[in-house]
Amino acid sequence: MEQFLQQLLNGLAVGGIYALVALGYTMVYGVMKLINFAHGDIFTIGAYLGLTLLVSCNIAGMLGPVGALLAVFVMVALLTALVGYLLERVAYRPLRNAGRLSAVVSALGASIFFQNAVMLIYGARFYVYPDFLRPDFTVHLLGLNVPGVRLLVIGATVALMLALSAFIQRTRTGAAIRAVAIDPGAAQLMGINVDRVISLVFLIGPGLGGAAGLMVGIYYGQIDFTMGWSYGLKAFTAAILGGIGNIPGAMLGGLLLGVIEALAAGYVAMAWKDAIAFMVLILILIIRPTGILGERTAEKL
Amino acid sequence: MKLQDIRTPMGFGLAFLLLVLPFLCNAYWLDVCVSIGLYALLALSLNVILGQAGIFHMGHAAFFAVGAYTTSILNTLYHWPVLWTMPLAGCAAAFFALAVARPIIHLRGDYLLIVTIGIVEIVRIALLNDVGGLTGGSNGIFGISRPTFFGFRISKGIQFYYLVWCMVGVSLLLFHCLWHSRFGRALNYIKEDDIAAEGCGVNVTHYKLAAFVLGAFWAGMAGTVYAAKMTTIAPESFNFMESVIIFAVVILSGGSQLGVLISTFLFIGLPELLREFSNARMLIFGFAMMAMMIWRPQGLLPPRRRRYQAGALLDRSSCAARESVRGGSAV
Amino acid sequence: MSLLRLEEVSKFFGGLVAVNDLSFDVEEGSIVGLIGPNGAGKTTVFNCITGNYTPETGRIVFDGKSIAGLQPHRIVELGIARTFQTIRLFGRLPVLENTLAGRHCRMKAGLLSCMFRTSAQRREEREAVARCMDELHFVGLAKQYAEPAGGLAYGSQRLLEIARALASDPRLIILDEPAGGMNDQETVALVDTIKDIRNRGITVLLIEHDMRLVMKICEKLIVLEHGAMIAHGKPEDVRRNPEVIEAYLGADDEKW
Repeated sequence: MEQFLQQLLNGLAVGGIYALVALGYTMVYGVMKLINFAHGDIFTIGAYLGLTLLVSCNIAGMLGPVGALLAVFVMVALLTALVGYLLERVAYRPLRNAGRLSAVVSALGASIFFQNAVMLIYGARFYVYPDFLRPDFTVHLLGLNVPGVRLLVIGATVALMLALSAFIQRTRTGAAIRAVAIDPGAAQLMGINVDRVISLVFLIGPGLGGAAGLMVGIYYGQIDFTMGWSYGLKAFTAAILGGIGNIPGAMLGGLLLGVIEALAAGYVAMAWKDAIAFMVLILILIIRPTGILGERTAEKL
Repeated sequence: MKLQDIRTPMGFGLAFLLLVLPFLCNAYWLDVCVSIGLYALLALSLNVILGQAGIFHMGHAAFFAVGAYTTSILNTLYHWPVLWTMPLAGCAAAFFALAVARPIIHLRGDYLLIVTIGIVEIVRIALLNDVGGLTGGSNGIFGISRPTFFGFRISKGIQFYYLVWCMVGVSLLLFHCLWHSRFGRALNYIKEDDIAAEGCGVNVTHYKLAAFVLGAFWAGMAGTVYAAKMTTIAPESFNFMESVIIFAVVILSGGSQLGVLISTFLFIGLPELLREFSNARMLIFGFAMMAMMIWRPQGLLPPRRRRYQAGALLDRSSCAARESVRGGSAV
Repeated sequence: MSLLRLEEVSKFFGGLVAVNDLSFDVEEGSIVGLIGPNGAGKTTVFNCITGNYTPETGRIVFDGKSIAGLQPHRIVELGIARTFQTIRLFGRLPVLENTLAGRHCRMKAGLLSCMFRTSAQRREEREAVARCMDELHFVGLAKQYAEPAGGLAYGSQRLLEIARALASDPRLIILDEPAGGMNDQETVALVDTIKDIRNRGITVLLIEHDMRLVMKICEKLIVLEHGAMIAHGKPEDVRRNPEVIEAYLGADDEKW
């Protein structure tokens, strides 16, 4: 039982990270019907930027651990948001009216580009995150010893998701994003600047993805330049699992995928955990072809 | 761009070039050309699924792997001659495709895309974990023998070159006939509008599955050639990145077979040309992928319109035609 | 004998009753109109017949065979062809290939005969092209056979959908608003085309909003409101039916 609960909490922490990355996929998909394959690599960039800021700028010395954490967090989110914005302008905007798969290939190219750019700048080895930021306390919860970092990651992802939900549901800008997701043409006619909404989505999604990269660095203490490929694929899986284009779906899908993986790794076999995650995805899609929260849009005949 | 108009001479020029190429280049580039031929086989078969039927399939490496492993296991364990295993490798891949595609074939666009990616990953992990004790885990299988062709042993680069490119030639011909038939049109209708296709009497599920099975069969045969050429195979040769490359080749091609060939040369040849940039070559490659799509979003060469001998039928007066259609049933 | 018979067919969408306990017959060789105000469930009835929807209750019998729940392509093979209310041509493909789509289910060549171009396959292909050209002559689009379907005028696109449906040798053709988007002249020509289709021995079931057209060609009308039949019979009887008048005046300003 204790092992189960520990696995569950671990799954929730990893799942929260998947969910943050999945939000980037799903928001972009929502407004552009594009799978942004480069999103996983923006996540990597976030992790490396976080490392650089922490190691080279001595922020911790100036602001103390908590202040440094917050400052780096914000800076990473802003910088990766900028990368996302530029990505959209350069690689996707010229292809907006082309076939959907052309943009997908452009995205795959961007992914290869980013991954190799990181490798060229930092080298092909893995890096260890400075551990002075890693909270070293443990919390006693329901008879469990829970590492503080696990709670920190769960707390941060939940907070970010709640903030994003509030933004999408409560603000005028959020309404504009929802409108463009439903019908860009109609939204344009209603006076919404579709280009601006898309740019905004390409700021928010990559910003969240970059922040998630930083969290992985803190949580696992180790990063490498290919991590975006596997995390990106997992997060994309999570977005599909929940129903792509659907924001609560991405959150649910991410958490679910994290838990499934943790349980598979704990109870079946570590080596099969990725395969099991995909098998669960396939099973769920066979039962619900548009994901758990995906709309079943009956095509009008 | 006048690529459309010079297509036939371009095709002949390419064919001639391919015929004499082995005498013009060194062993290294010959090897690259064998690779290009293999990828061309894979891309031509994926083109049936992705280009012609419009099914978002990013998992072609899985079928390639099934073929390669079938050949390797039959050859190393049971000592079957390599070329004899080719039809079996094709069939194994085709059956595998049928089994995995059947339950998921009704999924739409991007949902199918992630599922096919998932299939590649599941296959790769299964191979890594030495499923059934046959696949040799992460080391893979080595000691696959060279193919013999009626007593003639194929081992040199140039022999593989002609073997592979002959297969490409035959595939081009067969897929060309397929494209200009009822079958090719059915795939085309499905790509344009699957609901309308079904409503006109096209069995959409059947044709989608048939496209998958046919593409997988070809990928399986390509797997045989790959195993024979490398003599050793490992799970990492069939990862998601391989699928991505084949996928990108087909999208950049625009859908025509000549386009697929040119696009394969660009995708597989370019990284080799960039060798001198050593570490930066994949960076340039990624950038080139973006640039090529932005330069030609519709792909290099869209398929040519099918031609029909219908002009002669125009002369019939419409009245006569009406009578003939009515047949004897006119009241 | 009736070619098509609906027996107590109902179709729900969530809590909404789109078709409610509907029964009617279509006699072989007749032209039958299905009319009713917008949202009455006419197209839903069509989609149940053509297999796009599966009705929750009831039976649909075509030529003595129950067809409810079969896949659409099976129903085409059995001899029911349709056109779509929102035109669904293969816009980028030439006119002739659109017609060949209808012919597809009457052709037999399999994967291997297509790949190896057997003589039977080539003969079948020639015959199909000739047959489809005949159908294009029939609707008057033969000259445009090589143009992309998406470039045709709206009225011509509707005719092409009819040609595509006819190419599948149907015994019953189902036309969903064939005159929608046509001008007066085209509508007049359409009346002749529909009569010619019937004269070829093909039964016609149609939805149409143009009441002049319906009154002119239909031998029998079925009036739907809220998914249920409120009247049926000869056009002149139906138009005098007070319930029908009420339904139409209550709904929108359709002209009789």
